[in-house]
Amino acid sequence: MTKGLSTVNVAALTLGFAFLYLPIVILVLYSFNDSQLVTVWGGFSTRWYVSLLHNEQLLEAAWVTVRLGLLSATVATVLGTLAAVTLTRMGRFRGRTLFSGMVYAPLVMPEVITGLSMLLLFVAIGLDRGFLTVTIAHVTFSMCFVAVVVQSRLVSFDRSLEEAAMDLGCPPFRTFFVVTLPIILPAVVSGWMLAFTLSIDDLVISQFTTGPGATTLPMRIYSSVRLGVKPEINAVCSILIGLVTIGVIAASIATKRAENERLKAERAAAAGR
Amino acid sequence: MADPKAPGANPLGRWAVIGTPYLWLLVFFLAPFFIVLKISLSDTTIAQPPYEPLLDLSLGWQGVVDWWSGLDFENYWLLTEDELYWFSYVSSLRIAAISTVLMLLIGYPMAYAMAKAPKGIRPALVMAVILPFWTSLLIRVYAWIGILSPEGLLNAFLLKIGLISEPLYIMNTETAVFIGIVYSYLPFMVLPLYASLEKLDHTLLEAASDLGSPPWKSFWQITVPLSLPGVVAGCFLVFIPAVGEFVIPDLLGGSETLMIGKTLYNEFFSNRDWPVSSAIAVLLLLVLVVPIALYQNVQSREVEAKK
Repeated sequence: MTKGLSTVNVAALTLGFAFLYLPIVILVLYSFNDSQLVTVWGGFSTRWYVSLLHNEQLLEAAWVTVRLGLLSATVATVLGTLAAVTLTRMGRFRGRTLFSGMVYAPLVMPEVITGLSMLLLFVAIGLDRGFLTVTIAHVTFSMCFVAVVVQSRLVSFDRSLEEAAMDLGCPPFRTFFVVTLPIILPAVVSGWMLAFTLSIDDLVISQFTTGPGATTLPMRIYSSVRLGVKPEINAVCSILIGLVTIGVIAASIATKRAENERLKAERAAAAGR
Repeated sequence: MADPKAPGANPLGRWAVIGTPYLWLLVFFLAPFFIVLKISLSDTTIAQPPYEPLLDLSLGWQGVVDWWSGLDFENYWLLTEDELYWFSYVSSLRIAAISTVLMLLIGYPMAYAMAKAPKGIRPALVMAVILPFWTSLLIRVYAWIGILSPEGLLNAFLLKIGLISEPLYIMNTETAVFIGIVYSYLPFMVLPLYASLEKLDHTLLEAASDLGSPPWKSFWQITVPLSLPGVVAGCFLVFIPAVGEFVIPDLLGGSETLMIGKTLYNEFFSNRDWPVSSAIAVLLLLVLVVPIALYQNVQSREVEAKK
């Protein structure tokens, strides 16, 4: 497989990526369309972006979404990291199988089931639906994604560092914060970003678990999308796509750089020995 | 615990680390399923909450007895009697299965080419596959509405170049749902495939070719079998959520396309029938429990292998 790419390979990649990206590119292009009609190009204009600024419902929903994302991603990162440590560093304990099942199942569970079951729980325990309930719901499904991301980092790194620290008398909790956490930090950060993105993108689970005063941006977009394609919605979507793209690329560059620094430091340390 | 010095050797700390996420998932992930099960056995009423019987503990033991005797399988009978539900299940499984095969056909050549690409550009290619996944599913599905609708861009384009004389009706058909599912879940198929193809031992292929095996034969006898774990993981990862998909059939499938996720959603939000939607959820979970268990098995073996 080192002979380079054949024509067939190049074609597979070109067509595949065209399929993945063309619809998004078209959507963004048409958000700058002056015409109200979707298919007619009426010249370049930013008027849909301007009209967004006056759409208070959307702005309010965006604010709810951002707060929800920040809060739920942070809680999910803490819980997800604990879950990853449990799965990789705690050995056997009673109920381990059930635990790993509960961590992996939400990754593939259809959203309608997660949403419905959580809503029924909230009704059963008499918790009023609103910002709190939707936050709990988002934490629950996104912590599992964090756990998987952090876990893959935990299984792949050199445990002798942790062992050395503990042999030298460092208590387990300190070892975690001084040795383990700095090493797995890139994974924890990408876990947080994943949780944040899942939260701001989620529609179905929010529909079930939210209540008055906590309408999220995807819910607003969904209700207008059902009525047809609108240039204003193209503009909101384009902004979201832009933010996500910048965030993901910036994060991957930062991770790469941190990784290189670490490798360099490790090499320097090894050479200095 | 094999290693007494592992973090959490202090039993209290150990239980705090294990207990916090454990308890959270028990309360907010596992317990709700039992509530769904309970409500699926209740009856619909016009009240708040819209089901009965309610467990009234103030009546003491009698309350428990009344509640228990009020539960029955009526909703499940309804599901077997009304063809709508039966069709929904079957067509969900069918649509998800066909989409999975389509994704495998599109994703395998992509993943194969990515694994063959020069080492330097591989991370960029992986990034390019992941990036659309970070964009909201809703937005990606919405993008297709503008393309597929009768007055959409695809028809405008095809009419202009004269390939068709009247618009194609793709929107609100099953074809649109296939396009939507394949488009939305493709990254989940490509990434596991790529992961297994990338770590393939090239010396095996070289040995085969030295011994005179033609490339297509080496591909079938070496590459494909060794990439099977990736194929299995990818298929589960896309098939299971696709069965219960709601947004895609709702926005692209129109009223013709029945999928169980959509039926559940409508039963809950339009008809406000909580017991029936719970029964649908229980049956959907029963259908999916085998693939989910298999998927977890594959996952944990993968993790064990990495250790």
